[in-house]
Amino acid sequence: MAELPIIVVGAGQAGLQVAESLRRGGYDGSLALIGNEKILPYQRPPLSKQYLSEGMLEDRLLFRSSEYYEKKDIELVLGQHVSALDTSARSLIVDGKTRPYGKLALATGASARPLSVSGSEHEGVCYLRSVDDAKYIRGRLSADPQRVVAIGGGFIGLEVAGSARELGHSVTVIEAQERLMARVVSPLVSEYFRKVYRSRGVDIVLNVAVNRIERSTDGSLIVVLADTRTIPADLVVVGIGSSPHTELAETAGLHCDNGIVVDEFAQTSDPYVVAAGDCTMHKNSRLGIFHRLESVQNAVDQAKIAAMTLLGNQKPYDQVPWFWSDQLGAKLQMAGRSDGFNRTVMRGSMEDGEFSIFYFDDDVLIGVDSVNRPTDHVVSRKLLAAGANVPDQIIVDLEQNLKTLL
Amino acid sequence: MPKVIYIDVDGERHETEVSNGSSVMEGAIANGVEGILAICGGSCACSTCHGYIDDAWIDRVGPPNEIEESTLELALDRRTGSRLTCQIPMRDELDGLVVHVADNDG
Repeated sequence: MAELPIIVVGAGQAGLQVAESLRRGGYDGSLALIGNEKILPYQRPPLSKQYLSEGMLEDRLLFRSSEYYEKKDIELVLGQHVSALDTSARSLIVDGKTRPYGKLALATGASARPLSVSGSEHEGVCYLRSVDDAKYIRGRLSADPQRVVAIGGGFIGLEVAGSARELGHSVTVIEAQERLMARVVSPLVSEYFRKVYRSRGVDIVLNVAVNRIERSTDGSLIVVLADTRTIPADLVVVGIGSSPHTELAETAGLHCDNGIVVDEFAQTSDPYVVAAGDCTMHKNSRLGIFHRLESVQNAVDQAKIAAMTLLGNQKPYDQVPWFWSDQLGAKLQMAGRSDGFNRTVMRGSMEDGEFSIFYFDDDVLIGVDSVNRPTDHVVSRKLLAAGANVPDQIIVDLEQNLKTLL
Repeated sequence: MPKVIYIDVDGERHETEVSNGSSVMEGAIANGVEGILAICGGSCACSTCHGYIDDAWIDRVGPPNEIEESTLELALDRRTGSRLTCQIPMRDELDGLVVHVADNDG
């Protein structure tokens, strides 16, 4: 009898990487990649960036051509829904049919957290997660100048705001917290970007929640804030975080806690099931913490670990997290962590729009945020990985090459 | 359309047409050339589309710009002819370009 297949559920960045790494690692058995969207696996980062602002073609979003999957003998099962997982029988229900597996990888991703206020269901209130979402927004932004309101001042809200502004629309960003990107960057960086947006004519409204969304008599929308202010809008894009897709795992009895819980080997609480990417609450052995991380870096690096575990070649996940965001011409690149610091050291200057902020916990470098200083970012990732000692006087002196510290 | 010859990380040769304006990385992705990962999607942020321009072509392709130069620091095994293929737009004068794919999966 043929060996049972490895099945990967979720055909996003992490799912595809698991499949590729399995083949790369020498697995030549049966392999299926199941996704609920009909389109071939594609990249999400450009959806809020080049896809919106530069009219990028859909073909260019695709990771691989269909021939690639044939060549690699990866069975693509697209546009189908996995409704149940039975870990004792080791089988899935896919579009109503039972599919047995030998081993399983869950890369089910996350979805946009829905806005729950009254009026959230109005036409013109949307989210950005999939290519269909992006297509809708791009269609709306191709019309005459629109009034665009982004609810949420995180990466999605800001990138959409920046793209819409570059296309000539009038844009307002509403953030419930007291600063932009509060969950992921330090207050210094938040304030820098607030000024960048303001100087480019984007209204930034901080520290106030949305109370409701109304439809006016002419069909346009009115966003009503908790302090009774009203903001008229033609299009409202909501970016207020994401929720991991854990339903399948949870119903099957896998341990979940704001994500599918996995150890540093991407192993779930079931020995035949691994998980990777946005859907996991995972352990990073370098940082010594469990966390959920929605990023390309995590999707790719954790997927590689998951594939190795499936191949019986365990290696702990200890990558330095990194991320990037392109906003109104400013290239923001983050490495390590920007929370838990007790002092910062600046390289370059905010006035020039080219700077890096080095975050320290006493003398230990824990993270670096760079704006338009890609070299700093790149070297920082290496410094963080090496646990290098990074003296203040070298950081502040632009004549000094950080590479000498490696 | 100009042609690119990719020698992938397993030594396999792929000869394929890449339209003008598309990057050498995009040509590799579309044709399933092993080893070109491009996990940042061509934003010059990750170095996983690293390749070595064949000696005969280095001058015609030209050197990396400053941003690419810094990102190349992340590449594992940098040599003469190292480039990030996402930063090389295809053009007629590069017809026949030979690129050796680096090991980007290490």
